[in-house]
Amino acid sequence: MYRQKYIFLLPGLLVLVAIILFPLLFTIRVSFSSWDVYNPGLNWIGGENYARLWEDARYWEALIRLTFLTVATVTLQYTLGFALALLVWRDIAARRFFRVLFLVPMMTTPVVMSVIWRTIFHESLGPLNPILEAIGIDAQPWLSDAGFALAAVMIVEVWQWTPFMFLLLLAGLLSLPNEPFLAARIDGAGPIRTFLSVTLPMMGAISVGAILIRLIEASKLMETVYVLTSGGPGTATETTSYYIYIRGMRDFQIGYSASLSLTYLIVMSVALTLIAKALIRLMVKDRT
Amino acid sequence: MKTKTTLRGAMLTTSAILISAGAALAEDYTRFGIKEDVPGACSFASIDAKDYSGRTLNIITHAIPVIGEPTALHAQQFQELTGATVNVVHVPFGDLFQRIMIPFQTGQQAYDVLFFASLWLGDFNAYLAEVPQAYQEVSGMQSVTPTYKGVASWNGKMLNYTMDGDRHYLKFRSDVFDNPEMQALFKEKTGRDLTVPATWEEYNEVAAVFNNMDWDGDGAPNFGTAEVTKRDDLMFSAFISRVAPYAKHPDVKGGFFFDLETMEPLVNTPGWVRGLELFVAAQASMPPGGTSFGLGDEIFSFGGGQTLMSYSWDDAFIQAMQADSPIRNKVAAAPLPGAREVWNRTTGQWDTFETPNTAPYVTWGWSSAVAAGSQNQDMAFDYLCFFSNEANTLADLQIGRFGVNPYREAHFDPAFYQTELGWDANVATTYTDTLKAIDGGQNQVFDLRVPGVGEFMSSLAAGVARAQSGEASAQEALDGVAAEWKAIVDRIGVDRVREAYANVVALEDN
Repeated sequence: MYRQKYIFLLPGLLVLVAIILFPLLFTIRVSFSSWDVYNPGLNWIGGENYARLWEDARYWEALIRLTFLTVATVTLQYTLGFALALLVWRDIAARRFFRVLFLVPMMTTPVVMSVIWRTIFHESLGPLNPILEAIGIDAQPWLSDAGFALAAVMIVEVWQWTPFMFLLLLAGLLSLPNEPFLAARIDGAGPIRTFLSVTLPMMGAISVGAILIRLIEASKLMETVYVLTSGGPGTATETTSYYIYIRGMRDFQIGYSASLSLTYLIVMSVALTLIAKALIRLMVKDRT
Repeated sequence: MKTKTTLRGAMLTTSAILISAGAALAEDYTRFGIKEDVPGACSFASIDAKDYSGRTLNIITHAIPVIGEPTALHAQQFQELTGATVNVVHVPFGDLFQRIMIPFQTGQQAYDVLFFASLWLGDFNAYLAEVPQAYQEVSGMQSVTPTYKGVASWNGKMLNYTMDGDRHYLKFRSDVFDNPEMQALFKEKTGRDLTVPATWEEYNEVAAVFNNMDWDGDGAPNFGTAEVTKRDDLMFSAFISRVAPYAKHPDVKGGFFFDLETMEPLVNTPGWVRGLELFVAAQASMPPGGTSFGLGDEIFSFGGGQTLMSYSWDDAFIQAMQADSPIRNKVAAAPLPGAREVWNRTTGQWDTFETPNTAPYVTWGWSSAVAAGSQNQDMAFDYLCFFSNEANTLADLQIGRFGVNPYREAHFDPAFYQTELGWDANVATTYTDTLKAIDGGQNQVFDLRVPGVGEFMSSLAAGVARAQSGEASAQEALDGVAAEWKAIVDRIGVDRVREAYANVVALEDN
C-alpha cells in the first residue's frame, strides 16, 4: 500500500550509499590487497596487512602518542574555553569585542597558522626565543627536543581550538535559565559554590557534546604535525594520522595504509563510545 | 623501423634548423626574457613555426616557484608560439608522487607531460614514453653531460627528458677560511692549518671550532654547519652524502645500498654506521634548531650568513650569491669531503687511504617525461624540447628560485657566471670546477632508483632520525633500517628490485 514511499526514499539512499558506504566498503576491500607502487590493483592477500600492522611498533606508538595529545589538548581546551566563556558571559566592558577576538584563531586556516607557528618557534630566526631571553628565560629547543616539540604541537592545537570550546560553552551559558542562579543567591551561595553546584551541572550535556566533538577532531591531528615537526625529532611527535599519511601517500602503500586506517577507525570508534558513556555518566548523570 | 625513425629524425632536425634560421632573421624573441634565441630544432623560431591550434596539452608539475614557475612560464610561451592550449597543474611536493602514480595505475591519461624527481624513474619507467631519437639528437640534448644522460635512462632507453642537473657539494665561507686571524685561531685550537675539509672528520672539527662565535663581526653569533636534518625533508640525501666516502669503496663493485648479488641491505655495515655517527656528532655545531632544519632552513642559514659551512644542492650557494646578499662573493664551493678509512665489504675490514676517498653524490634532480599513453606525444616532446632549449636554460639558470641547475657542458663555463651573474672569478671558478669534478668524478654514488624508493628512503630517514634524537645508537638505528629494507625487498620481490638496482649499479661501476 505504501510501497511508493520507497521510491521517494531511493534517491536519498543512493546518495548515502555513494558518499558513505561505497568509500568505506572500497577501503575495506583495498585493505585486503597489496596495492602499492609496484603492484597496482585489487589482488587478494587475506589478512597479511593486518598481521603486519599488529607487529608495526611505530603505528602503536603513534596511537599512544595521539591518545596523550588528544586527551591533554582537549582537557586544556575545555578548561580554557570554559574560563573564557565565563569571562564574557556576564556584562563586562567590550564584551562583544572579546567574544569576536577569542574566535579569531579558530577562523584561521590550520596549515597557514602552523607555518606561522613554525616561524615563531624557529630557534634561530623565530621571535619566541629572543622574547624569552629578553625577560630572562633561556632560549628553548622548541622543535629539536622531543619534549619541547610535543609541547609546541600542543600549544598550537590549544591555541587554535580553544575558541571552538569557548563558542559552544558560551552558547550553553547564554541558554541557561536565570532561576537556579537566583535561588543560589537567595540561599547565600558564593561564586565558587554557584559554579560547582549550579553552572557546571547545568552545563553537563553541552560540555559532553563539546568534548566529544573536539576528541573526534583532535584524534585526526595531522596538519599541525606535518607542518610544524614532520613527526620529529625522531618519531617524537608522529601521530597516527601522520603515520598513515606517510605510509599511504609518501610510501604509496595503499593496501597497507587502508588497513591502518580501518584499524584506527575501529579503535577510535570503540574508544570514543566508551569515553562518551563515561562522560555522560560523570557529567550528566542526573539527567539520564 | 629504426631506419625510418632515424630518417624522420634527421628530416625533423634539418627542417627545424632551416626554418629556425629563416625565422630567426625575422623575429625578435627577446620579449620572452631571453638574451637571444639559439638556433636549433627546439629554438623559439622552430617552435614558433609549429601550429598546435585546437589541441590541448596537460602538464603536472611541482608547486611554484621551484620547477613550477619555469614550467608555467614556458607553457605560456609555448601557448603563445604554437596556439596550443596548455594546462599546468601545480602540486605540492608531498602529493606529487601519488598524483602522478594513481592515474598511471588506474589507466587514466590525466597528463601528457610530467615533472618529477629523477629518482622516481624506478617507479614510473613502465608508464613513460621513450624520448624519440630526433629529440635525443638536438643540440641541447647532445651537450647534456654523460652523467645526466645516465640519470635519464632506464635499461638503455632514455625515458626522462633532461632539464636539470643536481648534485651535493660543499659550500663554505671563503672570507673566514682566508682570514689570517681565523687561521691562527684554528691553528691554536687544533694544531693544524685551516684548510677546506678533506674528510668529514675535518668538517666536524672545523665546524666545532667556529661554532657559536661571532666570526663575521656583526654582533650576532655564527655557527659551524647547517645541514638538512629534518626527517621527510630530503634529509636522506644529506645523510648519504656523509656516508658515501666511508661506504663506497672504489675497488669494490656491485652495489652501495645493496649487495647486487645477494640483495642484502648494506645500510647497517660499518661504513654507514661511521657516517651516521659523524652526522649525529655534527649536531653540536649546528645553529639553534639546526637539528630540525629542512632544506629551506639550510638555504637561509648558510645563504643568509649564519653558518660557516653547508652541503646540499645549489640553492644555498645561489642564495649566498644573490645580488643583495650580505655574503655575496664571500663563499666558495668544493667537492664533498671524503674519508681516509673506507669499509671494504669484500674483506670485512677498513682500508686506509692516504688521499681521502671521495664519492661524488649525484642526487635528486628534477626531471621530466612524456606519458606513454599520451595522445599528444609530438606536442609534449616539443614542449619539453622548448622548455630546455639553450636560450631558455641560460635564462632559467640565472633565477635561483626556478630550481634549474647546470647539466650541460656549456653550464660549466665560469665566464657565464662572471659575465651574466656578476660573480667574482674565484667564486665562479670554484663553483664550476666543483661541478666538473663531480660530473666527471670516479666512484660516483647515485640515488636508489628502484620500485618503492619512497618507502626505502622514508625508512632510512626514520632510522637516522632515531639516532639523531638519541632514541637509538647509530648501529641500532641502521640495524632497524636494514630489517625494514629486507622486508620491503621481500614484499616487492628480490628479482624485481635487483633488476632495477642493476641500472643504478651500472651507473656507479662504469
